[in-house]
Amino acid sequence: MLFFTRWKAAAIVLTALAVCLCALPNFFPERLVQKWPAWAQRHVVLGLDLQGGSSLLLEVDSGAVRKEQLQSVDDDVLRVLRSARIPFTGRAVRGNSVEVHITHDTDDDTALAKLRELSQPLTGIAGTTGQRSIDVAANGGVVTLTPTDTAITERVRQAVDQSIQIIERRVNELGLVEPTIQREGLNRILVQVPGLQDPSRLKEILGQTAKLDFRMVDLSMTPEQAAEAHPSDSEILDGEGGQKYLIEKRILVSGADLVDAQPGFDPNTSQPVVNFRFNSSGARKFGEATTANVGKPFAIVLDNKVISAPVIRTPILGGSGQISGNFTVQSANDLAILLRAGALPAPLTIIEERTVGPGLGQDSINAGEHAAYAGAALVVIFMFATYGLFGLFANIAVAVNVAMIFGVLSLLSATLTLPGIAGIVLTVGIAVDSNVLIYERIREEVRGGRTAINAIDAGFNRALATILDSNITTFIAAAVLFYIGTGPVRGFAVTLGVGILTSLFTAFTLTRLIVAYWVRLWRPRTVPI
Amino acid sequence: MRLLRIVPDDTKFDFMRFRRISFPISAVLSIAAILLFFFHGLNFGIDFVGGTLMEVQTKSGPADIGQMRSTIDSLHLGDFQLQQFGAPDDVLIRISEQPGGDQAQQAAVQKVRDALGDAVDYRRVEVVGPSVSTELLSYGTIGVVLAIFAILIYLWFRFEWQFALGAMIANVHDLVLTVGFMSLTHIDFDLTSIAALLTILGYSLNDTVVIYDRIREMLRRYKRMPMPELLNASVNATLSRSIVTHVTVAMSLLALLLFGGQAIHSFTATMMFGVVLVGTYTSVFIASPILIYLGVGSTRHGGKEEPEAPPEPPKAAAPAAPPQRVRARR
Repeated sequence: MLFFTRWKAAAIVLTALAVCLCALPNFFPERLVQKWPAWAQRHVVLGLDLQGGSSLLLEVDSGAVRKEQLQSVDDDVLRVLRSARIPFTGRAVRGNSVEVHITHDTDDDTALAKLRELSQPLTGIAGTTGQRSIDVAANGGVVTLTPTDTAITERVRQAVDQSIQIIERRVNELGLVEPTIQREGLNRILVQVPGLQDPSRLKEILGQTAKLDFRMVDLSMTPEQAAEAHPSDSEILDGEGGQKYLIEKRILVSGADLVDAQPGFDPNTSQPVVNFRFNSSGARKFGEATTANVGKPFAIVLDNKVISAPVIRTPILGGSGQISGNFTVQSANDLAILLRAGALPAPLTIIEERTVGPGLGQDSINAGEHAAYAGAALVVIFMFATYGLFGLFANIAVAVNVAMIFGVLSLLSATLTLPGIAGIVLTVGIAVDSNVLIYERIREEVRGGRTAINAIDAGFNRALATILDSNITTFIAAAVLFYIGTGPVRGFAVTLGVGILTSLFTAFTLTRLIVAYWVRLWRPRTVPI
Repeated sequence: MRLLRIVPDDTKFDFMRFRRISFPISAVLSIAAILLFFFHGLNFGIDFVGGTLMEVQTKSGPADIGQMRSTIDSLHLGDFQLQQFGAPDDVLIRISEQPGGDQAQQAAVQKVRDALGDAVDYRRVEVVGPSVSTELLSYGTIGVVLAIFAILIYLWFRFEWQFALGAMIANVHDLVLTVGFMSLTHIDFDLTSIAALLTILGYSLNDTVVIYDRIREMLRRYKRMPMPELLNASVNATLSRSIVTHVTVAMSLLALLLFGGQAIHSFTATMMFGVVLVGTYTSVFIASPILIYLGVGSTRHGGKEEPEAPPEPPKAAAPAAPPQRVRARR
């Protein structure tokens, strides 16, 4: 156990050195590190609890996605049956399915065949199972179309992907620095913005779906009459100041056709407005619609709320326009941002928020540093007092160990949190445990009457198996913690797990190597521990 | 240089004799801890019950908690607590979960921000909605249970099943006592507490495994040594290591406790109790003696002092207890 070939010794020292060197970028200013080659730039990232900042967990409303899915199936059913000229009654959304009653029994088979065509095989990962997007079932004259769970899950996944892109655009438009936006689980998105102290504005910007569309105002009856009559093609929407509008469901042009939106001022009234421009197909559709409806009011609807309902005086053919409403400079600016970034496919809800001010972050860093120094000092003194020279060896191993932890964390670009620092301090406490196990075993072997070299050899031999067993149990706990934990707790799990691995490495190689060289140089007759 | 020896060489302490004291004590303490959990409860943080936590620091002078209390009271946000946190100008505001889902929580935060205005710095704002808190609690529970089973399976592979079971009983006992401690002291029970519990689990197992490892080695080497004697010898042989390691861990934790700041205070306090106090006691006084009851070595030849011990009855094992001098080596 105490014999190392030159190669092996060199490999051990070089590995330890290389891993330690990976920690270097953490000790130089960011500006300097950026000039280094890319592979050398990896460093530990400070968690939001240490550098301050805001973390928001958003949830995509799966219910809304499902509802929208049902709505589109409903629309499809209408389209298919009408184009096939099949008479039907009682088309309605019931629970999680769309039901339609085919009037004549003779049409049943054709209708079913046509409606079955709506069900697409799912592509992608889900497609391999042979799943389809809609379950179509017939019972007498009633056809039931149910979007499958897989299809809805797929839709939610797409919605989250789209949302992430849109959130990115919105956050960038707000001029926030280095945000990280990532998916969490199936329907969640984690947005982290370092340095942001008051996330109110961000929350407001993210909380809006920003679904903008241009629709006609339904003048066939008043909103009050409509509340009784429930027209199928129009709906009652709120406007500014509690006013009600009856708006057609049909969309003339949607916000998806916008290419630009900028805040500005109305030259006549000096009120803040938002100027927008359509893409070519949007411009064409808007031109056609306004030409056909001169003299009638249309509505600009944002998230199912009427912003304004101006009367079309002349056809708008240029593809650009202006939204005026009850805007302040700030709200006009925000709306422009939202319109430029695009609409979210489904509403987002903020389900968790954690914000740390820069003051607390700095305090935590200081506290962590003090604790680390104090802990290290105590342990180093105690080890030296207990094991003398061998205690010194252990201290070297622990120092290398901590450097290696930072090296590995840098390689992983891991996030360091306050509990993470606690994990490192704790590792200092247990990294010595491997050495303690070895040394105690050596003491025992010496008492058992072995010669110095024999005792050292046997001590290492027997202790290493124990070290492995005992560390694996702790490692399992750390792994579980990593798996279930979020944020700071995960940071703790990472440092604890990495600490266990590096301390295993030092115990199995470095400490042994140091002791082996000491034995070779000093040829001891007694073991000084 | 004279080196420090916390445990004198050749210590031969008869630990197994204490099992008739330590087991009842542990049983009573465990029951007490469980009763505490059910009747006194845990001080669940917002991670698990939802709600809002704000740490604010007044910009001028110490905080006037009374005034702050009336300011927030006028917002009618239901239950809330104010508490000084570390420094006199630091105040922790806890607002219970608002009825009306996730959006209501956000609205409440905004109200408090508006009411307190610019007079304070917002050092920390945490809002956990109802959906997340339920999930975190179930994840936390699943995590602890999962860890216990993963470790159980690992130990079963590496040792005999009796060892795995013994370690598990011993360490569930640790967790129960720690939870009792948290209930008694009314320490915040949040996500970091789960981290503390899992770490305690890891460390006390670490300790138990070291002793078990030695027991296994002794079982192979001394085929005729009676079980209590063999266990005693194993515990004594590893005692020095146990003490030294726990002193170093205690030192690290002490440093964290004294300098690590308020944010991880409850975390380190829990660890101190669980790892240093309970963990050490358990591995020596519970984890090892329990092997006798679980029937390890009951089929050893020459085990006259330890008759074919049926797995459960303490009565059958009792005759083995009378003090015998331990022969650690021959």
